[in-house]
Amino acid sequence: MSAVKPKRAPGLLKTTLVLMRKDLLIEWRTRARLNALIFFAMATLLLFSFALGPDTKLLERNAGGYLWLAILFASVLSLGESFRVETENACLDGVRLAPADARAIFLSKALGNALLLLALAVVLVPVMVALYGVRIVTGVGDLAGILVLGSLALSAPGTVYAAISSNARARDVLLPLLLFPLVIPALLSAAKGTTLVLQGDPMQQLGSWQGLLLGFNLIYWGVGFLLFPRVIED
Amino acid sequence: MPPPPSGSTPALALHDVSKRYGRRWALARLTYTLPAGRSLLLTGHNGSGKTTLLRLVATALGPTAGRVEVLGRDAVTDREAVRRDVALLSHASFLYEDLTAQQNLMVLGRLLGVDAPQDVADALLNKVGLTRRTDSPVRGFSAGMRKRLAIARLLMKAPALALLDEPFGELDPAGIQDMEGVIAELKAGGTTVVLATHLIEQGLSLCEERLHLQDGRAVAA
Repeated sequence: MSAVKPKRAPGLLKTTLVLMRKDLLIEWRTRARLNALIFFAMATLLLFSFALGPDTKLLERNAGGYLWLAILFASVLSLGESFRVETENACLDGVRLAPADARAIFLSKALGNALLLLALAVVLVPVMVALYGVRIVTGVGDLAGILVLGSLALSAPGTVYAAISSNARARDVLLPLLLFPLVIPALLSAAKGTTLVLQGDPMQQLGSWQGLLLGFNLIYWGVGFLLFPRVIED
Repeated sequence: MPPPPSGSTPALALHDVSKRYGRRWALARLTYTLPAGRSLLLTGHNGSGKTTLLRLVATALGPTAGRVEVLGRDAVTDREAVRRDVALLSHASFLYEDLTAQQNLMVLGRLLGVDAPQDVADALLNKVGLTRRTDSPVRGFSAGMRKRLAIARLLMKAPALALLDEPFGELDPAGIQDMEGVIAELKAGGTTVVLATHLIEQGLSLCEERLHLQDGRAVAA
């Protein structure tokens, strides 16, 4: 046999990076997921503006909510696809049996999904500005903070539920059914925070919504980290 | 490679192992011991429980009842250690369709902490006759090429116990001959081999022990 000499099993962080690099490489080779997400989310934003008609005030007032609804709907595609590549040829079994720490699988998937959603949000913001006639009032830094926290908040529980639903026959229905009720606090906080960034924050409320998003993230990243091994092993 | 089991530690011990899928028992109270240094031929009709048994030993599944010991370690409570020592060649290839042959092997090499994973991947691809397809995505591979790449993946682990589920399937005559060579080489290197196949003559020439399954139970062949 060839002289394969495993040196030492890599730790949690290194395993996470190896798996995340693999996921990004697959994404880069196909680019199917990112393209689909961008077109789907842009179409959603466009449809909101058509559905509400020429009432520019209404569009301006609700722009933050529409942005996050578009990201949420697109996240279902993204999360489902991230596990489709793992169920094809039972690749997730191959990674589990390598063996890779199941917590590293969670971290790599959740961080990869968050990165993709953040990239999507960055593309959507200029579209939203152009379509709804809004402008960034409090500063780009505030908006970046909300986008980062919001993307992380959707991806952690989304990754757990995408793993649960990946082997179900009705996975395309199951994932949003499980995910949407759970992420309402995150959706509300992200939408309110974005609205304050776009319309000004005279009452200094932005910090509270960011705090709520941070708390949501701490809870669901912690829960996902602890529960994910049971999800994929049992 | 991990040290082979000592003379007294069996390579594989099944104690009253059962596995149920819904209402169907795939394995029923199976007890068997494979001594260290021996290789096992697993035979039986389709649906007899061969694949389920291999997946239990590989820790891809947990038993419904009973205990599986691999190289002296419990396959449930000491799962991570068992996984490090065992490699499974399965019906599913564990290959990422959108990665190249080399990238598939390098991902596994990095997860295992292999030194210079690219060099090792290239050497293994050469060994299984895929040197010319190193940079080709797996999506364009034939079934036989996928099997060869899956074998390279198994060799990357340098396992103490190799579980081979229908290893000759989808291979052409030259591939079957190569596979026999790989199995002989694994055994010569101290790896215990458990081989499930319908090609009984080939299996008997490679294995010293035989276990025949029928409806999830061990029966005389």
